[in-house]
Amino acid sequence: MLRGLWKLTWLEIKIFVREPMGVIGTVGIPVLIFVVLGRVLGSRVRPVSPDVPRVVSVDIPILASLLITASTVLSLVTIIAIYREGGILRRLRATPLRPYTILTAHVLVKLLFTAVTLAAMLLAGRRYYSVDAGVPLVSFTMALLFSTVSILSLGFLIASIVPTARFAQPLGALILYPMLGVSGLFVPVASLPPMLQAVARALPLTYAVSLLRGIWHGDGWSAHVADVTVLSLMFLALTAVSAKVFRWE
Amino acid sequence: MTRQPVIHVASVRKTYGRTVAVDEVSFDVQPGEIFGLIGPNGAGKTTTMECVDGLRTPDRGLISVLGLDPRRHRYALQERIGVQLQAAQLQKRIKVCEAVGLWSSLYRQPVDGDRLIEQLGLGDKRNAWFMTLSGGQKQRLFIALALINDPELVFLDELTTGLDPQARRAIWDLVRGIRQRGKTVFLTTHLMEEAERLCDRVAIIDHGRIVDIGTPAELVQRHCPERTVIIVSEDSTAAERFRAIPQVRSVSREGLQLTIRGRGSDLVTYVIQCLAEHRMQVIDFRTELPTLEDVFLKLTGHMIRD
Repeated sequence: MLRGLWKLTWLEIKIFVREPMGVIGTVGIPVLIFVVLGRVLGSRVRPVSPDVPRVVSVDIPILASLLITASTVLSLVTIIAIYREGGILRRLRATPLRPYTILTAHVLVKLLFTAVTLAAMLLAGRRYYSVDAGVPLVSFTMALLFSTVSILSLGFLIASIVPTARFAQPLGALILYPMLGVSGLFVPVASLPPMLQAVARALPLTYAVSLLRGIWHGDGWSAHVADVTVLSLMFLALTAVSAKVFRWE
Repeated sequence: MTRQPVIHVASVRKTYGRTVAVDEVSFDVQPGEIFGLIGPNGAGKTTTMECVDGLRTPDRGLISVLGLDPRRHRYALQERIGVQLQAAQLQKRIKVCEAVGLWSSLYRQPVDGDRLIEQLGLGDKRNAWFMTLSGGQKQRLFIALALINDPELVFLDELTTGLDPQARRAIWDLVRGIRQRGKTVFLTTHLMEEAERLCDRVAIIDHGRIVDIGTPAELVQRHCPERTVIIVSEDSTAAERFRAIPQVRSVSREGLQLTIRGRGSDLVTYVIQCLAEHRMQVIDFRTELPTLEDVFLKLTGHMIRD
């Protein structure tokens, strides 16, 4: 059903672009946050000066990238919930389309907009971050897309359990943003209380942060085999669970 | 009449948790007919239809559609049937032509999408977003999507619900057009008028069980054989004369109007014979025949809209 997949993906891209608020939300806001943070904190975010509070000593490109991922996942959760509630999923299922084709199309659309947002962000933030100085952009983009796929499978799980489209966005945010808090981005995982450390190690975002930060600072992929493995395993596990509990109507 | 039925359903049962949605449902749909499943909301119409078109799995029972098992041969069947689902929507901002284009890309032998759009009167809405279409236009688009693969069998679930009478009539004509092209139509409706005007045969379903199956005329004949003839006449002997007809049960007079009630399809003939025999002058003559609505009330003990 490859033909149906491309056709559906291309259509969903066009449909997504036709809704201005959706585009502003998923593409515009992460770019805006990146630029604003860049302005506030200046071009030299690191090394951290002693009087800068610990909380802003984060890697802003990593934070912004993960915000892209988070908004991507939220947008997927919302779209799936709306499509389910409106009977669109049901209608698409009553065709020769395979169920996974329908969902894969949405993942592809989301990945495309993740890449677009990342590009827009890096372009807009050029002045504040010397990204061209040794940052492996291709590798970083790959790492972000890979992390996003893994976290999107969590999105499908959330989409499976939200009762109505109205709950999709808030519930998704409630699950995703706290994950960001313990992901090691703001505070190293090792310095968290043991309970939170255990939580952090069970969440995909923690591994995504480690991978993205490493790649951004010039690590090779080989230094992050553990992160990639865990993200892959989480993707497989979450996808398998989603496939079991996913509701089409 | 030993033609292979297009749909064969035998003793199908489907439960949701503890609720029995349909039970012991059996019927056949013959090639080239418009077959209607009629009953109130919640009677099990949609569940039955979705078991037949492969969207749901019955708990037990046998279903064969075009000789295929709708679950095991789901994708082979999808190529040969067209489906319109109750209360389905499309993406708000998908264009009419894009929806038709997508659908035609999914089937091996699609018909010409542009012509289909024209045939269904959506030519000037080709580039309109789905969300901007009226209820009738949306339903016509869904019919177009159901016909895109030139199916042998078309499923239409509550096709005209929520449409105004004019749009409803237009849709009925479209459905008759589908039959004229040699296709079989399986539809559900809770509108008795729709069933009566559109369906060759109907199955009445209530509380998940089929109550009776037949042509609308057969069902009326079987369950509501009462006929009423209303005559307006100045002839004062008329009432006596009609009472003499054996098939007449009662004659009541109200001013000049006589209401003659009786049974059997011959009643009208006997009344006319009686009029002719006695050379009675009549000012008005009309008959009142029971409808499917009356049959439904009689069989289920409640009105369909309850």
